[in-house]
Amino acid sequence: METGLIFPSAGGIAGAALAAPLLSGVINRTKAVFAGRQGQPLLQAYHDIIKLLGKGAVYSRTTTWVFRAGPIIQFSCAALALALLPMGFQPALLAFPGDFICLAGLLALMRFFLMTAALDTGSSFEGMGASREAAFSALAEPVFLLSLAVLARLTGALSLSGMASRLALHPAEGSGPVLVLTTLALFVVLLAENARVPVDDPNTHLELTMIHEVMALDHGGPDLAFIQYAAQLKLWIMGILVVNALGLGGRGGWACAGGMAALAVLIGIVESTMARLRLLRVPQLMIGAGALSLLALLLTLVRP
Amino acid sequence: MAWLLLSLSILLASGLAAWVLRRESIGLAGAIVGCAAGLVSAAAPLLTGRSCALSLPWSVPYGSFHLEIDALSAFFLLPLFLVGALSAVYAYGYLAPYRRSQPLGRTWFFYNALVASMALVVTARNAVLFLTAWEAMALTSFFLVVFESERKDAREAGWSYLVASHLGTAFLIILFVWLGSRAGSLEFERFGNLDSRAAGMLFLLALIGFGTKAGFFPLHVWLPEAHPAAPSHVSALMSGVMIKMGIYGLLRIYICLGPGPAWWGWLMVAVGVVSGVLGVLFALAQSDLKRLLAYSSVENIGIIALGLGLGMLGRSLGIPALAALGFAGGLLHLLNHALFKSLLFLGAGAVAHSAGTRDIEHLGGLAKAMPWTAGFFLLGAVAICGLPPLNGFVGEFLILLGAYHGACAVGHLAAAGAAAIAAIALIGGLAAACFTRAFGIVFLGQPRSRHAESAHEVGWSMRIPMAALAAGCVAIGLGAPWLLASADRFLGPLGVGAGSWAGSGARGCLLGLTLLWAGLLAIVLAAAGFRRWLLGGRPIGEGGTWDCGYGRPSERMQYTASSFAQPLISLFAPVLRTRRKLATPTGYYPGPADLATTTPDIASRGLFSPAYEAMQALLARFRWLQHGYLQLYVLQLAVTLLVLLIWKLG
Amino acid sequence: MSAWSELILILVILTNLLLVGGNRLTGLIRFAAVQGLLAGLLPLLVHSHAITARLIFLAALAVALKGVAFPLLLGRALREADIRREVEPFVGSELSTFLGISLLAFSFWLSEWLGIAQAGWLRLMLPVGFFTMMTGLFLIISRHKALTQVLGYLVMENGIFLLGVALVGEVPFIVELGVLLDAFVAVFVMGIAIHHINREFNHMDVHLMARLKE
Repeated sequence: METGLIFPSAGGIAGAALAAPLLSGVINRTKAVFAGRQGQPLLQAYHDIIKLLGKGAVYSRTTTWVFRAGPIIQFSCAALALALLPMGFQPALLAFPGDFICLAGLLALMRFFLMTAALDTGSSFEGMGASREAAFSALAEPVFLLSLAVLARLTGALSLSGMASRLALHPAEGSGPVLVLTTLALFVVLLAENARVPVDDPNTHLELTMIHEVMALDHGGPDLAFIQYAAQLKLWIMGILVVNALGLGGRGGWACAGGMAALAVLIGIVESTMARLRLLRVPQLMIGAGALSLLALLLTLVRP
Repeated sequence: MAWLLLSLSILLASGLAAWVLRRESIGLAGAIVGCAAGLVSAAAPLLTGRSCALSLPWSVPYGSFHLEIDALSAFFLLPLFLVGALSAVYAYGYLAPYRRSQPLGRTWFFYNALVASMALVVTARNAVLFLTAWEAMALTSFFLVVFESERKDAREAGWSYLVASHLGTAFLIILFVWLGSRAGSLEFERFGNLDSRAAGMLFLLALIGFGTKAGFFPLHVWLPEAHPAAPSHVSALMSGVMIKMGIYGLLRIYICLGPGPAWWGWLMVAVGVVSGVLGVLFALAQSDLKRLLAYSSVENIGIIALGLGLGMLGRSLGIPALAALGFAGGLLHLLNHALFKSLLFLGAGAVAHSAGTRDIEHLGGLAKAMPWTAGFFLLGAVAICGLPPLNGFVGEFLILLGAYHGACAVGHLAAAGAAAIAAIALIGGLAAACFTRAFGIVFLGQPRSRHAESAHEVGWSMRIPMAALAAGCVAIGLGAPWLLASADRFLGPLGVGAGSWAGSGARGCLLGLTLLWAGLLAIVLAAAGFRRWLLGGRPIGEGGTWDCGYGRPSERMQYTASSFAQPLISLFAPVLRTRRKLATPTGYYPGPADLATTTPDIASRGLFSPAYEAMQALLARFRWLQHGYLQLYVLQLAVTLLVLLIWKLG
Repeated sequence: MSAWSELILILVILTNLLLVGGNRLTGLIRFAAVQGLLAGLLPLLVHSHAITARLIFLAALAVALKGVAFPLLLGRALREADIRREVEPFVGSELSTFLGISLLAFSFWLSEWLGIAQAGWLRLMLPVGFFTMMTGLFLIISRHKALTQVLGYLVMENGIFLLGVALVGEVPFIVELGVLLDAFVAVFVMGIAIHHINREFNHMDVHLMARLKE
């Protein structure tokens, strides 16, 4: 049994909590380089959060306590999920078989309250965003869990920390193609869940085309700070999963940080070179990612 | 055992008294006291693991009054009496508007008789007694479904329910007769020792017969008709407990037939996947709140079947961890579903009671008028989506963990594990869409009609049961490691080995879960406190919804329920086959437009309706026999009797 | 060399999935070309221990025909017909991809059930062959445009070729040449036919040609 508080990973968690907003800074800087601009400062996200924390709040008369509870719950789920992540050499603060199911559950709870708070405002834009979010995340969930099943099969471990350490230290023979396919599927899930091109454009100004942006439209002040920080934590969490799948996570703190930075640059490149898909084509993308992870699973079945 | 007999007699006596004396308070009191006594009887076998039995002779041929409460029966008695008592309390307030129009004593008789017959189904160990109780359950629930008999749709729902129930019972009669003829007696403990082909056929018969009651796809067609038509406390009891009787029967037959070949588990997994996915898809397409909940019951029965199928696979293939996790997860989800589905149905009943309509598209903004109901419904919605930290997550966690064990195994089992993982993930995502839609459109936003504007909070008698069920959901969610510590006791009769539950490491995982949820609560409180401190001295404004600067939002501009579900419905259109009726304005100027969508059930439209029509066409050929002449009828009778006499005496 | 063969087979599976899920004709022609190229290179890797001049010649011919000549022919037919995209196929795009995944799983199960013992990475070859054949058939059955059906024929041919490499060691030279010639003539004739059909009816829709039966 792998339940363990053997290595207190509080340092890792604090580092992740501090570094998460830096990812969006790197992504924006990459996009600026591609566009030939100077771009925002790397630490812009921190400035935004601190500015928002200093503001007051305005609540709509249509909303209820659900609207006020939403940002708190989103932040709490994302923050708690950090306790399940293995980073660097250290296993997660809390590791047990099936902890990735808990991770998926926490992210799902976060999404549930994001959608419910959006419906609370009685606005058609936010309802639209919630409806699209519900559809796309329903398709992303199976891909996510199937990719983790492939990793579980490859490593024989049923906890994230076990998978991370075994992928880094004892990669199975000839598992290259399978890992590439799985990582690609996880990357597509990351793009879908974190509102990146080609699923959603974080820089769009048209409410009819937004998915994530529009659900936070009526939040302001500290609430918006919580929501933005929770979104950045979610990007960090899914990024760590991709980096672990590549086997970089378990090789040490520097390899992990380097992998995350490279991932952020890659997301920036994808955002700069691809256009956002028509909303009708996004399910195709998710099914395609599902096909990749299923192919990876079939390949692990065929090899002796 | 004495407590159980006491409970049954109180239930039946109070029900009869209520009908005869026309006083509903006797029925209500009897229901509550009887269920309390029943809970006591269920507690002992669960806590100590010892079963108690009673055997009395009965004059019916092959029948005997043989009752036994083992751990598995006690596990099913628990939700029965709990939901029974709470729904009875709820009914006191819910049936108030009907008090003047009809005597309610009769309703209480049927209600108490329903609870008593279900208790008998779960504890009977003789096939005649079992079938008698089964039939009593079907009849009493039929009379409860047609409670509002002046409404046509209630009557039709009742008829379709009765027909479906009896079709299933027909298969059960064949099943028990076959088992009995092989064993020489109709006692459950004598069943068994069959060759594999006979066992396979019997398993299929049980699957169809009990599956009709449980609501497996495509045998579920009666569920979305009967559950909405019944009064809400009866819907809660039916959806929460009665369909589980089908699962109980299937498990009891599985125990009698012994560990079967692997294809049994495969079949259950397939049934589970199909029922789960299709159930939640059809739930997404409904605009009647109770019909939505009925389809959601089909979905959850699918999840239960999935868990039990994985458990059966584990037992057939000799993987104790998989067997333990699968069965434990399936049974726990069964208990959880009883709690949160009853909670949701009681909440839907409160909404219908207060706003006067069940149509989601005409509701909205009820959270301000009915804050308690909204809070309880939200809790039920979070639980049914399988979200932490509530009880739904624990059941699905166990099933998923078992599926991952299976996916890591060698050979074909990995395919079953992968299919289960993909199915549960998809079902979870779709259920989240379905219940954010249900909760959000009904309770949040602005009222969409005058019905919704005039809503009010319901009385204490309707709120207390919901509070109790909600507390139960939270308790199981947080206290799972201690509640499941004795899981061995009710897993034992299913053939799961003594140490398998402990050996699967599930207890450690559940402890980890509880630590996580404690952490979640701590962080939530800290974050809320932090925000309150931040906003301490600052001005908090109020205004209309900003919505990116739109000046005049109205309640008609809110997102509607069918729009919310549209992306998913159009994606799954080949399966759902939603029909649209669209009338657009003609010409260049704005004019009236109309859009209506309906999603008829594909099983009833594609399978049962054509079958019934074909049968009707076939039987219409014999219409000529109905000529109407009395003398010819008498002649036909006389000739038939003569022929029989000659044949038998010759 | 087994790692390279496995990589090529995985790429073939990916091209099949892209063919099934895509609906832009230029893209489909490109995917079919890539698949033909990969299939042509495969015998070189299978028999890497005994490379003969004959083998190299056949591989070069296959690559030239399937990777270059056929796409050019079909691309020219496409340009003349001036159609860009598949219009409302019988089976929608998401359902097609889902069916494609099911066909993939089915072909894996089928090769397991047939019980033909294979060593090492060759275990992958049989399912891929079945899958490619079934993809080709699926394209022929479920699509409207004549051009897509030609592509389906080509893909089916690739699949049969892959099955041949998996099951049979060496095929006689003349048979190989004959098969390639067959394919070439078929595509050539079909290209001409499409050109004439389009000129006559102003469309390439096989579905609409059902009216001809009157």
